[in-house]
Amino acid sequence: MECVLELREVSKHYPTHRAVHSLSLSIAPGEFFSLLGPSGCGKTTTLRLIAGFEEPTSGQIRLKGADIQHLKPYQRNVSTVFQNYALFPHLTVQQNVEFGLRRKGENHIDRRVREVLELVQLAGKEARHPSEISGGERQRVALARSLVLAPDVLLLDEPLSALDPNLRKQVRAELKNIQRRVGITFLFVTHDQEEALSMSDRLAVMNGGELQQVGTPEDLYLRPRTRFVASFLGALNWIDGVGVRPETTRISKQPAGSDTRSRPATILQSTFLGNVVHVEVRLADGQTLVAEVAHHDNSFAIGDPVHVWWRHSDELTLE
Amino acid sequence: MNRLRAWFLAPAWVVMLSLFFAPLAIILAYSFETRGPYGGISLPWSIESYQRLADPIYLVILWRSFWIAGLATAGCLLLGFPLALFISRAGKRKNLYLSLVILPFWTSFLVRTYAWMFLLRDTGLINTTLQKIGLIHDPLPLLYNDGAVILGLVYGYLPFMVLPLYATLERLDRNLLEAAADLGARPWATLTQVVMPLCAPGIRAGAILVFIPCLGAYLTPDLLGGGKSVMIGNLIQNQFTTARDWPFGSAVSLTLMAIVMLLLIASIRREKDGLL
Amino acid sequence: MKRSRGLATYAIGAYMFLHVPLLILAAFSFNRSRFTVWEGFSLSWYAAVFRDSQLTEASWNSLVIAVVATVVATIIGTLCAYGLWKRSSPVLAGSLYLSLVTPEIVTGISLLAFYQWIFRFLRVPLGMHTVILAHVSFSIAYVVIVVTARLRTVDGQLEEAALDLGANEWQAFRYVTLPAIWPGVISAALLAFTVSFDDYVITSLVAGVDSETLPMVIYAIARRGVNPVVNAISALIVVAFGTLILISERLRST
Repeated sequence: MECVLELREVSKHYPTHRAVHSLSLSIAPGEFFSLLGPSGCGKTTTLRLIAGFEEPTSGQIRLKGADIQHLKPYQRNVSTVFQNYALFPHLTVQQNVEFGLRRKGENHIDRRVREVLELVQLAGKEARHPSEISGGERQRVALARSLVLAPDVLLLDEPLSALDPNLRKQVRAELKNIQRRVGITFLFVTHDQEEALSMSDRLAVMNGGELQQVGTPEDLYLRPRTRFVASFLGALNWIDGVGVRPETTRISKQPAGSDTRSRPATILQSTFLGNVVHVEVRLADGQTLVAEVAHHDNSFAIGDPVHVWWRHSDELTLE
Repeated sequence: MNRLRAWFLAPAWVVMLSLFFAPLAIILAYSFETRGPYGGISLPWSIESYQRLADPIYLVILWRSFWIAGLATAGCLLLGFPLALFISRAGKRKNLYLSLVILPFWTSFLVRTYAWMFLLRDTGLINTTLQKIGLIHDPLPLLYNDGAVILGLVYGYLPFMVLPLYATLERLDRNLLEAAADLGARPWATLTQVVMPLCAPGIRAGAILVFIPCLGAYLTPDLLGGGKSVMIGNLIQNQFTTARDWPFGSAVSLTLMAIVMLLLIASIRREKDGLL
Repeated sequence: MKRSRGLATYAIGAYMFLHVPLLILAAFSFNRSRFTVWEGFSLSWYAAVFRDSQLTEASWNSLVIAVVATVVATIIGTLCAYGLWKRSSPVLAGSLYLSLVTPEIVTGISLLAFYQWIFRFLRVPLGMHTVILAHVSFSIAYVVIVVTARLRTVDGQLEEAALDLGANEWQAFRYVTLPAIWPGVISAALLAFTVSFDDYVITSLVAGVDSETLPMVIYAIARRGVNPVVNAISALIVVAFGTLILISERLRST
């Protein structure tokens, strides 16, 4: 595979813990790649290693085939959109965006700034200071400030987490759209699995400083290799050593037919969620499972004896 | 609660009114009187003392004071900014390094001034050492000049510059420095384009905290400047002792206070955040 | 960002500038010679300090003045800071701020003029009491600033809780707020003591014949020329104050 960014056995060890351990990754040009994991899993450290804010303890980071792990941040053609945006408060939107171009002594600064501000729909706000624009606009200034430099890889450190939830979904689509238009490789760090699944071409799940699995969103959701990946990407019922997702877990009064497995259970609780109903049941051994059922299928009362069942083909085989 | 609060504030009011404002009121009154035949104070009222301030002799002293205080402030900034930057990046040792800056401040100002007399005078350590190793024959005139005064002022007021600078550098979002480097700024560009502009409030606060006491300095020019280096403070002291011209001394004092207040008002209006 | 070597070198230079003059001063207090040429170790200048009755008397005066002024200024200043914390008074706060930035020489001569004026009517001469009053007046602002900084860390609801539990206002101050700000009060007192013990400019103007202080004696000797006795007494002052600061820091951290 042709790749723009490659990590080979990269580790970052601190005296007290291993933030990243023996991480290898290849990212293709133009790809929207996400690093997903819980907080403290090493995803942000990985990003900082690539940006050059930290130096790896061992391993190689290659950008377009050249080792960059010993270069200073200002010598690498990658750029970061920070979680808190890190906009320079003393500079206007225009000055923030042209900051990098001026440092690199580039030409046609005005035209390039104008183009990128149009791309992120901020034309007309050039003279404002970061304190005078909204959170969503700040996020777009941060994006524009990096995009204008045409980096080989754009690094995004949870750039949506500071936005309010209503805005987040809208910005997701915009961000994906911008990425398609500019064709720049995005490396996107997030702890939100919905974000990662909906935006990425491919994603990597990390835990405890190590890579768990890499693949397309479908791959990871439908064919997770470990229980960690399976449960991090979505809710999971864990029965007799196999995993079943709530949306493939069924409930009925009668035992189901062949090709399925089933267990007797009693209804514990059902929660109406609008599009679906969450039904919680208890097995004979005391374990509780969750099933997501359409509300027209929900004709159960608390305490009703039922059967929980699922198809063999919906079972996730996990290590 | 208001009764109790009034009782709590009363002693401070009494002290301020009787030992700060009343004395100022007296010299305000003196400044409009005239010098009596034996150095006392006598009527009639006049603004003669203030008019005398326009005399070139005194304007030169005023100008010199501003110049020396300005140079001392610049010296503190030049020495203090890198020091504050160093401390703000020192990690766990920050407090130790900060204490090392403040520590001399806790020892007597007089002692610190004397230390420089000890080093700089003709028979002082620097001159005797240079003579001993044969670099010079006659002692260099290190003491009793403007340079010595500026040195003494920088030495005396450096902590006043370092503390506010440190406070702003400490508050500086480290992500901004990373962002600058990320966007291609080398360390020097990051310093001049990002760090210094963002520290402007700290620089202004430090400058005002150093400039004001330097402008009214008396002890440093007296001991390190000798008779040659007269600043406003020495002029005032002289009017109340040797010259025995209290009305003029009062007028100079009030003029100095007016300048200090103007500087302060200008700086507070700019920051909208006083020290109290 | 990586620590730069250039910056560290610069900082070492700045620290040397700050500390080396005092260290040299102290080192030469152990010199046998009275000139700035090292001729061997001797404690004779320290013996001279304690033999000199003018110095010991002045030290005693300084100590008495500083202790009395500190106690009075700390009480007045703490009460004032508390009152201002309850409800601000821009006029009083502004006055304190003004007294802090007034050049010492102006404070000194205005107090001198004031005392002369009092003398005309009440025949009260200059002496220890005039020095102490002057020190109280210029120390209060320092106390207010330090205690105010500490009060900012105190949750105002604690007092409301105390009132709610039946304490009156004085008791709320005495048993809830005062213990919370006590370390700040100690720091303030220490600062007031240092400022008072150290003052030369104002003191020299308002002191009487019986109230010569240590800085006044040091100043007089320093004007006459180098005298290792001043080195010795300076070293003693530095060590004494250093110890005081260390003890207070220890107290504050426990």
